[in-house]
Amino acid sequence: MNLFQIAWKSVQQRRVASLLTAISVALGVMLMVVVLVISGAVDGAFNQRTIAYDLIVGAKGSDLQLVMSSVYRIQPPIANLPLMYLQQLREDRRIETAIPLAFGDFTKPEHGSFPIVGTTNDYFLHDYTPGKTYEVADQPGTRQLDGLYDAVIGSQVAYHNNWKVGDQFSIVHGSADSETVHDEMFTVVAVLRQTGTPNDRSVFLNLEAVYTLDGHQKPVDEVETRLRDFYGNDPDRLSIALNQLDELREKRARGQELNDPKMGYGLDTPDAMKEITAVYVKMKSGRDNAFGAISFMSELKNTSKAMAVNPIQPIRNLMQNVVGNIQKALMVLTAMIIVVSGISIFVSIYNSMSDRKREIGIMRALGARRSSVFSIVLAESAVLCLGGGLLGWLVGHGMAVLFAPYVSARTGLLLNGWAVNPWEFVLFPVLLVLAALVGFLPAMTAYRTNVADALHG
Amino acid sequence: MSLSLENVRKSYREPNGNRLPVLGIERYELAQGEQAALVGSSGGGKTTLLNVISGILVPDSGKVVIDGRDLAALPEPVRDRFRAIKIGFVFQTFNLLPAFTALENVLLGMSFSGRPVDRDFAMSLLERVGLSQRLHHLPQRMSVGEQQRVSVARSLANRPVLLLADEPTANVDPGNQDLILNLIRDTCNEHNVTLLMVTHAMEVANTFQRVDKLSDFNNPELAKAEVSQ
Repeated sequence: MNLFQIAWKSVQQRRVASLLTAISVALGVMLMVVVLVISGAVDGAFNQRTIAYDLIVGAKGSDLQLVMSSVYRIQPPIANLPLMYLQQLREDRRIETAIPLAFGDFTKPEHGSFPIVGTTNDYFLHDYTPGKTYEVADQPGTRQLDGLYDAVIGSQVAYHNNWKVGDQFSIVHGSADSETVHDEMFTVVAVLRQTGTPNDRSVFLNLEAVYTLDGHQKPVDEVETRLRDFYGNDPDRLSIALNQLDELREKRARGQELNDPKMGYGLDTPDAMKEITAVYVKMKSGRDNAFGAISFMSELKNTSKAMAVNPIQPIRNLMQNVVGNIQKALMVLTAMIIVVSGISIFVSIYNSMSDRKREIGIMRALGARRSSVFSIVLAESAVLCLGGGLLGWLVGHGMAVLFAPYVSARTGLLLNGWAVNPWEFVLFPVLLVLAALVGFLPAMTAYRTNVADALHG
Repeated sequence: MSLSLENVRKSYREPNGNRLPVLGIERYELAQGEQAALVGSSGGGKTTLLNVISGILVPDSGKVVIDGRDLAALPEPVRDRFRAIKIGFVFQTFNLLPAFTALENVLLGMSFSGRPVDRDFAMSLLERVGLSQRLHHLPQRMSVGEQQRVSVARSLANRPVLLLADEPTANVDPGNQDLILNLIRDTCNEHNVTLLMVTHAMEVANTFQRVDKLSDFNNPELAKAEVSQ
């Protein structure tokens, strides 16, 4: 019999106390594993290249707010950009793709208050993260955003509302808790498969449809003011925009605007009247444009009312400054739980030492060296720590696997239950050190046991 | 000689700092395979003598030679290993480990010898003491007599040259006394093991050809004299 087998026998002998102490370690490790899995998923969701674009262009303001609103759709947008600016971006030789986005509306509260994103079919033709393309659920009648009031919905929206292709819904104006319901009914034409990104909880509408909704049109004079402000240092484009507004005013004066009563705005309403909230931009690659994104950001910063931000950096900063600290706090908390569990192992073994004095005496009489009985007690501590740790590790990952579909459906967070965080490689060596620390004092008691007294006492 | 004690002195330090002399033995010997009963009054130093012979205690002075090696001169770890290999113990209270089965208790006896554990030999020993059907029983599921038989099997697990038995029949019912006694003596004979059995029961001692009274060869005053020097 080796020392571990002898230690295991001792663990079995005090099976209730051993089980309870091992469970306390298991609970600590389980919590740590769950925290690591969840923080890994959050890290993945926020730190990965959540979108396969180089820049987000929006109205000047907070970098973080632009990313949070346009990529993660969890904050209100800063302000709008003229739609004409999209064309300007598309004409820029450094830019490969520019995808418009307009948001601010939501599904009704009873439908989950999911954010509405007005865009074009181009949105779905590009990867959502590098190398990953959108896929649609295999449902009859699936098609693109062809009709004005067509809608493509994310997987979580579909799951939450049990919506499928052909179902209809209406949306609310302005904010998630708004009571202003738009009259228009939208029809689901495609359900996206899960992406693990904010797209899962988004509803995509035809950009043109957004302009038709009540409250989305602004008075011409207000638009003019905004355009003058935006194009203040670009007289040529301002002139084009103002000409369009003048033509519209004249048409209206003549009563010639081609109003569509159902759509609420004119089919010939000029682009100068339309706005978007943000633009996803992919820069052209190649040696000539190696620093394209950086120079473009810098250029906008100095010359434009728009700004371009890296979609990763603001979130990375947020993660490091806020989320990272919360994660660290949780890790410290679970580490403390494990330390407390270690102390309970110490108490359990140490308290048993007086009962085991005779056993130690017997083993010593049978020829066990002091170092052997010392090692047996340490091995017992290691069995409890590592056994509990292994149990907690398995249960933690098992729980993550078990609850991954639920968490994913509720939050859109893609949990990979068996994904091993690098911290977990440190866990077991740390547990071994903990076992040595908490086992040391009882082991020394065993080491110092007076054999003659133990046998005859 | 299998066991030889020469000028052995042993005293204990009392709480008040004085030394209490316990053993003062000029010479005591047992030949290889010899069997002797050691009798003496309670508190007379019998247990101390066994502890000194087994190397659990170190004498203040003198030699304790077993199988040609002086235990008293060996460092503790070597003494421990020597005890594991050369000396078997049968205790009055059996001293089986409660979490270990009969077989595991015998295997445990082999575990500290530094030699490979011989499971077959352990099973044959248990078979020899009539417990082949009880190999996997825990001590608490066995009778007192059976427990002592396991203890006997364990004491022989490392094929010792010397077996020390400390009142092995004191806690055994009369029906089992002879059985245990014969078992110890017979197995020692079979394996040519020297046997020193401590007992206070003269009816047990009288079954031995050699009966040594501790008081005949132990003079604690010798230890006292050494302490005072």
